[in-house]
Amino acid sequence: MAIQFAHQPGLIVYLTIGDPDLATSKKIALAAIDAGVDVLELGVPFSDPLADGPVIQRASERAVRNGTRLTDVLALARELRTERPHVGLVIFSYLNPLLRMGLEAFAKAAQSAGVDAVLVTDMIAEESQEYRAIMKNHHLQTIFLVAPTSPDERLARIAEVAEGFIYAISRVGITGTQQQVAGDARDLVTRMRRYTNLPIALGFGISNAAHVGAVAEFADAAVVGSAIVALIEQSSPQQAPAAVGAFIAGLHASAIVEENVLS
Amino acid sequence: MKTLLPSKSETDEPKHAEREATPSAMVPGRFGVYGGRYVPETLMAALHELEHAYAEAQKDPAFASELAYLLHHYAGRPTPLYFASRMTESLGGAKIYLKREDLLHTGAHKINNCIGQGLLARRMGKRRVIAETGAGQHGVATATVCALFGMECIVYMGEEDMRRQELNVYRMRLLGAEVRGVSSGSATLKDAINEAMRDWVTNVRTTHYLLGSVLGAHPYPTMVRDFHRVIGIEARQQILEAEGRLPTAVLACVGGGSNAIGAFYEFIPDKNVRLIGVEAGGRGTALGEHAARFQGGSPGVLQGTYSYVLQDDAGQITLTHSVSAGLDYASIGPEHAALHDAGRAEYVSASDESALQATVKLARTEGILPALESAHAVAEAMRIAPKMDRNDILLINLSGRGDKDMGILARELKLQGA
Repeated sequence: MAIQFAHQPGLIVYLTIGDPDLATSKKIALAAIDAGVDVLELGVPFSDPLADGPVIQRASERAVRNGTRLTDVLALARELRTERPHVGLVIFSYLNPLLRMGLEAFAKAAQSAGVDAVLVTDMIAEESQEYRAIMKNHHLQTIFLVAPTSPDERLARIAEVAEGFIYAISRVGITGTQQQVAGDARDLVTRMRRYTNLPIALGFGISNAAHVGAVAEFADAAVVGSAIVALIEQSSPQQAPAAVGAFIAGLHASAIVEENVLS
Repeated sequence: MKTLLPSKSETDEPKHAEREATPSAMVPGRFGVYGGRYVPETLMAALHELEHAYAEAQKDPAFASELAYLLHHYAGRPTPLYFASRMTESLGGAKIYLKREDLLHTGAHKINNCIGQGLLARRMGKRRVIAETGAGQHGVATATVCALFGMECIVYMGEEDMRRQELNVYRMRLLGAEVRGVSSGSATLKDAINEAMRDWVTNVRTTHYLLGSVLGAHPYPTMVRDFHRVIGIEARQQILEAEGRLPTAVLACVGGGSNAIGAFYEFIPDKNVRLIGVEAGGRGTALGEHAARFQGGSPGVLQGTYSYVLQDDAGQITLTHSVSAGLDYASIGPEHAALHDAGRAEYVSASDESALQATVKLARTEGILPALESAHAVAEAMRIAPKMDRNDILLINLSGRGDKDMGILARELKLQGA
């Protein structure tokens, strides 16, 4: 299994698993995949999500409170892999829940569940040697973040260790929505292309079809997170899967239209 | 090269041997296997900038002389080492000496680090300073230094801490700082650090994060320790002058661990001097009832560093409790974790109750009102001194004064009928 982008731009969706509950998360994930998502980031809830804005903080808090654990996220990944074999599955987490499970035990379980890749928010390239070795043993790709503040020498270093795709952070700051795609983003993607042939996905603040269209001009994929997590927060558990599916279909169709306009 | 990251199966093995066998020289800022840098990529450039600025400053005689000038003329160093004779007599054992960091400007050791980092922020051209605070002592010291240097100051503080350390909130505001309440999690120090880090990630290009303890990603644990080393350097010289010999033990309370590492560091090579860190035992031994990381915690990553952490079996950070806001934190500085595993320092805990009793004892025998944080170290000294010889010497780092705690003391002591 490998990460592939069937759409242009590719669409990556982040979900905080366990918000509002595990069963609903599964329905939302299936609806998202069926609406045309290339890669699903399964967010592991954490008590101290310091890189996240208020929307994902609240989702994480709800999921932690209802007892969602890393092992639950892996069990969900296994079900999704069985039911939707083609979709890319990424475990998206802060480091501590993985450490607590044990990196080896985690990697073994993730491989067995059919996970493609892992992204750890607070794992930087310099600290990653042992982590990468363990993931590699279990055929899990390791995705890394690059930021507008990363100088070229760091981009080069990250390119050496990154697999799957590069997750480019569109602006300095925490996760959350914004009015338009920041000017920082194009510059970052342009700089990163010098060091990698991997696809580059842009995330943080991508929240509507216009944003996805703008991303298509210079990046390979768009990551939509907080906008969907907010939609789930505003919907009842019964409505959430359909609402998310419709939202994603809208992002996708508009992106194609946008691209036709541009080309 | 193996770095950190014990898996569950490894933790079944003897911890000491395992960790000593796996130090990493690849990454700066390691203490044994602890420390390191576990932060969002966005912050890496700022951490490198700070590391570089600090390295340059250490080579610059002008930096050292300005720091020394301000520590002496502004903060009031050196602080006295005071022989607490009535306390000693009353305990009937070891001699008690107090290193009087409580007499420093702003009332605690925190000012040492704030002056140092304030000078660094100025060197880096950053005019906006953010900080977190628990008890409010670091917030007050940061607000003070920002006033001194003419910098904008924003302090994040848990709403629970704002309530119990209200006087310090007023002090910060009077000094011109903006105090932003944090209501997430337990609304205490950990949550204030999360919020400060979110601010820093967002405003990293213009802002210096003046972290107040030996926590967080490299270079903070090393740099903050260095700014507090002066405590131990002075104390070692002072005890040699007073007694002609080294103390039996040095005691300090440990929240993040800045005053403790400052007091301990100079004594680390003195193998016969016991180093005793006192954590918050709170009101019970169950998770959530205390902040004793070495008793209830296990290695993990919180807020940028690998150290002992109070966590549940899913890796979620658990709530903590202490009567003292400054010790009420789920992790501990990584250098303490290394000293603990190496067996060089001992870590014990003192309960809320014994800290309150120690406060009363010190106030009534010596006329000194300690901060509730520092009272934990006094409590441990009260416990062990009577069992020790009259030739033994206990050197307590009295890290702060207790004026800020008057509200809590009035309530708690009244409940006890005092």
